[in-house]
Amino acid sequence: MNLTLKIWRQKGPEVKGQMVEYNVRDISEHMSFLEMMDVLNEQLVAKNEEPVAFDHDCREGICGMCSLHINGEAHGPDRGITTCQLHMRMFKDGETITIEPFRANAFPVIKDLVVDRMAFERIQQAGGFISVNTSGNTQDANAIPISKHNADLAMDAAACIGCGACVASCKNSSAMLFVSAKVSQFALLPQGQVEATDRVLNMVKQMDEEGFGNCTNTGACEVECPKGISLENIARMNREYLSASLKG
Amino acid sequence: MTKLDSKVPKGPIADKWTTYKDKIDLVNPANKRNIDVIVVGTGLAGGSAAATLAELGYNVKAFAYQDSPRRAHSIAAQGGINAAKNYMGDGDSNYRLFYDTVKGGDYRSREANVYRLAEVSGNIIDQCVAQGVPFARDYGGLLDNRSFGGVLVSRTFYAKGQTGQQLLLGAYSAMNRQIARGKIEMYNRHEMLDVVKVDGKARGIIARDLITGEIERHSAHAVVIATGGYGNVYFLSTNAMGSNATAAWKIHKKGAYFANPCYTQIHPTCIPRSGDYQSKLTLMSESLRNDGRIWVPLHLEDAKAIQEGKLKPTQIPEENRDYFLERRYPAFGNLVPRDVASRAAKERCDAGYGVNATGEAVYLDFAAAFERYGTEQAKIKGIHNPSKEEIIKLGQAIIEEKYGNLFQMYEKIIAENPYETPMMIYPATHYTMGGVWVDYNLMTTVPGLYCIGEANFSDHGANRLGASALMQGLADGYFVLPYTIGDYLSDDIRTGAIPTDSPEFDEVEKEVKDRLDFFINNEGTHSVDYFHKKLGKVMWDKVGMARNEKHLKEAITEIKEIREDFWKNVKVPGGLNEFNQELEKAGRVADFLELGELFAMDALNRNESCGGHFREESAETSGPQKGEAKRNDKDYAYVAAWEHKGEPADAVLHKEELEFKDIELKTRSYK
Repeated sequence: MNLTLKIWRQKGPEVKGQMVEYNVRDISEHMSFLEMMDVLNEQLVAKNEEPVAFDHDCREGICGMCSLHINGEAHGPDRGITTCQLHMRMFKDGETITIEPFRANAFPVIKDLVVDRMAFERIQQAGGFISVNTSGNTQDANAIPISKHNADLAMDAAACIGCGACVASCKNSSAMLFVSAKVSQFALLPQGQVEATDRVLNMVKQMDEEGFGNCTNTGACEVECPKGISLENIARMNREYLSASLKG
Repeated sequence: MTKLDSKVPKGPIADKWTTYKDKIDLVNPANKRNIDVIVVGTGLAGGSAAATLAELGYNVKAFAYQDSPRRAHSIAAQGGINAAKNYMGDGDSNYRLFYDTVKGGDYRSREANVYRLAEVSGNIIDQCVAQGVPFARDYGGLLDNRSFGGVLVSRTFYAKGQTGQQLLLGAYSAMNRQIARGKIEMYNRHEMLDVVKVDGKARGIIARDLITGEIERHSAHAVVIATGGYGNVYFLSTNAMGSNATAAWKIHKKGAYFANPCYTQIHPTCIPRSGDYQSKLTLMSESLRNDGRIWVPLHLEDAKAIQEGKLKPTQIPEENRDYFLERRYPAFGNLVPRDVASRAAKERCDAGYGVNATGEAVYLDFAAAFERYGTEQAKIKGIHNPSKEEIIKLGQAIIEEKYGNLFQMYEKIIAENPYETPMMIYPATHYTMGGVWVDYNLMTTVPGLYCIGEANFSDHGANRLGASALMQGLADGYFVLPYTIGDYLSDDIRTGAIPTDSPEFDEVEKEVKDRLDFFINNEGTHSVDYFHKKLGKVMWDKVGMARNEKHLKEAITEIKEIREDFWKNVKVPGGLNEFNQELEKAGRVADFLELGELFAMDALNRNESCGGHFREESAETSGPQKGEAKRNDKDYAYVAAWEHKGEPADAVLHKEELEFKDIELKTRSYK
């Protein structure tokens, strides 16, 4: 198939960006979206032009490195996948595809389609852990039985890949789904109880400092999340936050 | 010349590690504050090492080329992590895990290292649970286990199909705690481009800030390399796009020996290639082989018709199918180890029986499992005389519960419903057992330079068992290196901070800058990928699953030619002092172009078949094992450690003889 691509080009963080149009020909429907981008970049290199910068790594939907807003949707038109798992069979011959970076104040553009997601790192550093030393002197793993139900829910929350699609999809650029996934994982496990109060207060505080917006329960994040992280996690975090605030 | 001393402690194998730890020199807490350690790579091995060293009190600087440690490719491991907990009561023990690993590795690993790995395996699970890793549990709330290829017990712990992700997030959270405490300085989007030695000891690195392009000097009292394997030397592999061998190769060129580069694992259950534009291959967990049956058409004309799209697999009757693994290996059937399964698939495809348009695929069929599980379910549910459709439906539900995410992934990529038509699979490069040579302390041949995880050669011999990569990465990082490095650093308590304004740093920085300058100014004719693909093709065709002298010699010549062409004609657009992904790739491919040659040389030197390394000249010619790999313990029971001498072709071979005192050397039979 032949396609027209409208791609956001921006030389650096301080430079003004713009949409630039490119054409690619003979794209196979079996290609992944990023393989189509590879084809474009090989064309550009051949013409001595600078290739389009975009983040990617594992190309199997788990590292969370790839991003992209495709035709107005985080990770493109398909559901439950990241951009690297999107295939060209989702598009039609002759179509025009708009490709932009994830947009949020807390995710400044580094170059072209690459954004800076360090805000997520700082939120995790504020409390996204259990303070246990890796000494090897912990108790036996089976000394703490955990109900299968809670273990499964914790796993579902822990499946977050930290890509930032939730933020990019939210009209307020809220990071509630991301933060609540980590808070929920530990809130559901006995190991996480000891530090539960500090964890939720510190992580939410950091989230606010990073300039993410508020949650107004529109649920766009859940729809676009490649890993199906549920809105229930936000409800759980709100409960955790409320009870932590009361404890002070 | 450095003499190869493995430094394995004396004494009975079960006591070595404990006795050794008791006698190791320690660094007191007040002195640890004055000691800096650099950790390059933040996957399971590097992440766990960085966190633990920081907890102990050292000042750690950690480096990752991605924008977060959480993105390292350990995250893609699906199946699980082995540990000799014997929670299932099925006879598992440290000794059995040790035995399985040595046997699975085709008797080419160092016994003492493997025993230690088995010994600390249980601790890893304790540690991860304490960190909040959500492993799968049964209804009683205790941890669940599954079985994996090549062994006879259930010792694999798992977190859905995302075990690597959950373990990495565990190590990442431990790192975050130390970053918050200021004990780890994290350098995301930084790439190590060389190591700096002062008075023969590793004392720092030169790194490039991938956002600004700035070249930075970082010093430390010890440097730990945890940068993973070199599978991307094949261009197409299941590794991440950015996975590279640069750090490992650079330290090799600065004096660290590189061991057994030819030991590469080709994983049998990957999704086949669809076209020349393909950028990577996707692996599906080998747990699929627990329920899937692997076959190709029995008759060539059927295979041809399928390749031409004139016939569907479901139209081929049972008697015209060749379940080649079950036929060749009745005892293990579809559950033979990875190397055996991969070679058998290649053998059938080379003979023309492959399916897919490319002829490079075999079927993985769940129809029998649908029926088996369906019949079982019908009984459980008390359905009398169920129809065939009912049975299939019930069975499919069970398979969906077990492998739903993998079936979905397959359908997204291939656009075929694997519940209705058999999956197609083909082997792909997945893991490299070879790597930087290390002694029992995980130190390379350069003092103060350590190498852990997939990047080193140590524990898997010539073939790695499933669910053992995660185990080794975390064992090295959490429980081994933090002890052994103290023994070395105890001599450095009075050294003080290492200055970066020394001539040694000047010199290495200049080398790094000159090379980057060259790429930007070369104005060649071909992109970096052009050369990488050419290298990959030679590697796959001539240094792939089956190797012979003629092809290996050709490969050595051809790789050299591609390398010369690369240095004349490579084109790298953009500038030095900016975010430049083509420039990053250029440096990595330049190193692969050297590593590939040493890889082929090592494969040529090892004229025996063992594990993932199959030499066509070394196969059984008669008896029940006819056609199977033939190991040669008399001549090759050694680790081939290569010393760099300028060009890859000039590398000098050093041998570490392997001693098997606790396990008897046997032919690995899965018949």
